[in-house]
Amino acid sequence: MSWWWLVVVVVVVGLFGLYLSMTAGRLDALHKRIDTSELSLDAQLLRRSSIALELATSGLLDPAGAIVVAEAAHAARTAADGDTSALDRAEAESALTQALDATLDDEEVEEVRAAPGGAELIEELAASAQRVQLSRRFLNDAVRACSQLRRQRMVRWFRLAGHTPWPTPVELDDSVPAALAGS
Amino acid sequence: MSLRVGLVCPYAWDVPGGVKSHVADLAVTLREHGHHVNVLAPVEEDEALPEWVTDGGRPVAVPYNGSVARLSFGVKATRRVRAWVREGNFDIVHIHEPLAPSLSVLTCWAARGPLVATWHSSQDRSRVLTAGYYVAQTAMEKLRGSIAVSEEARRTLVGHVGGDAVLIPNGVRVQDFAPDTHDRQRRRRELLFLGRIEEPRKGLSVLVDALPAILEQIPDLKVIVAGPGDSDDVRKDIPAHVQRALTFVGTVSDERKQELLQEVQVYVAPHTGGESFGIVLVEAMAAGACVVASDIPAFRTVLEDGRAGRLFSAKDPASLAEAVLSVLDDDASRRALVAQGHKRADQYDWDSVVDDVLAVYESVRVDGEKVTEDLRGQALGRFAARTNFIRGRRGGDG
Repeated sequence: MSWWWLVVVVVVVGLFGLYLSMTAGRLDALHKRIDTSELSLDAQLLRRSSIALELATSGLLDPAGAIVVAEAAHAARTAADGDTSALDRAEAESALTQALDATLDDEEVEEVRAAPGGAELIEELAASAQRVQLSRRFLNDAVRACSQLRRQRMVRWFRLAGHTPWPTPVELDDSVPAALAGS
Repeated sequence: MSLRVGLVCPYAWDVPGGVKSHVADLAVTLREHGHHVNVLAPVEEDEALPEWVTDGGRPVAVPYNGSVARLSFGVKATRRVRAWVREGNFDIVHIHEPLAPSLSVLTCWAARGPLVATWHSSQDRSRVLTAGYYVAQTAMEKLRGSIAVSEEARRTLVGHVGGDAVLIPNGVRVQDFAPDTHDRQRRRRELLFLGRIEEPRKGLSVLVDALPAILEQIPDLKVIVAGPGDSDDVRKDIPAHVQRALTFVGTVSDERKQELLQEVQVYVAPHTGGESFGIVLVEAMAAGACVVASDIPAFRTVLEDGRAGRLFSAKDPASLAEAVLSVLDDDASRRALVAQGHKRADQYDWDSVVDDVLAVYESVRVDGEKVTEDLRGQALGRFAARTNFIRGRRGGDG
């Protein structure tokens, strides 16, 4: 009997199993990374909208700008509730970005900065806008890495991803208003 | 909010180098901003080690990325990395040069949670991946956010490895280099070269080849060569008057480097390529020296296409000679370059750079999240967990 054939088969099957187990581990870690990135983006977006709301209600903006920003910030906060679809939320957040961009031109920013407490608000808003940008970028990078792995043949054939839905990148306008970019 | 930050440096802590200085400066600046910092690095001599540096094991000299690097790896290093991650209780672990076959890649494997990486060097695709695609992928997948110090380093990551990175340039502790104002007038009419003598890409040979033409115009010009290596190799085959102009001072400490940059009129960077940033150019500008550098992409960026320093065609001695003579002969244009260089250096000050780094830290982690040891998902990890468990039951320390 060629018993060593059996040994070869056992070793090959064992190594293959090890490979599958490690790949499953990688996938699991990637899904976890996406989850935390989403949480982080969520937190940064909430922070941005609450600072925007604070700015709008501070009386430092001109009344028209204050209404535009307050409405957009309120819409973004409402869209953050669980019932809203991800797409609608992205739209609301993009609208907030545009509202901020339209309201905060160089002169407006200068005026707010000059008022007591205004400089801090502007700094905080700029910092949160930058963090939104970073979080979304890192989230989409995680989504890309995960999709790449999930497209692999072995992952599909052996259903290593289980029932986890395909990750989707978040597309929204998160540009930092030009007047804030320098601060 | 104060963060507990763990920094990982893959190269020996005792050997001067770009990545090491970057990590040290980042650590010091983060500490000044009130954060708790601990650095894990290979250490040759653990005497006189700051209390915020953890010894990651003795480094071994290995050829890596075009030069000889001092790295730590192996079973012992792995064990130290795991212990450091376990005991550090970090909010963020920031790994430098994450694919360097040293403590960096080991940390990518051993830790999970909010991991951030900084990519320093630009490398050929072959060097990055062909050998270890699987290792690279699995390590990279765990990095929540990547920072590149230059557009070239970012291109390495995006093009060869696949992934995205935000660009945060290197910082320089400008105030450490700034000379006393009254000293600025008394600079010696000298050229300074910094770098390993025998490393071709540092370009000392280009400078030496340019010297005859320079000395023809300024016969008493002195050239200081500071850096490790055998000067005899350079001295042979060159004319006696060129030999006389050269002064080899060997390896210099960071303090001596600062002094040299404050004393000379011109710092020459004849690098032929492979540099991804050129931090020493920023240091020279901060110290008030006039920078003359080859026109490789990284240097072009730092010198604002020649507004903050004089550029010449890389690998071209004639062009170097012309550039050096033009700044030595024309005091007004040299002063203008130095003044612009000083402004440029301020933009790279760590105090402003560190805010961007902190923004990355905050954008990758969820409140209360910690970095933990990674034992899940991998059969080897599970095995390690079991041996630790058994050792733990016997009362060992793992």
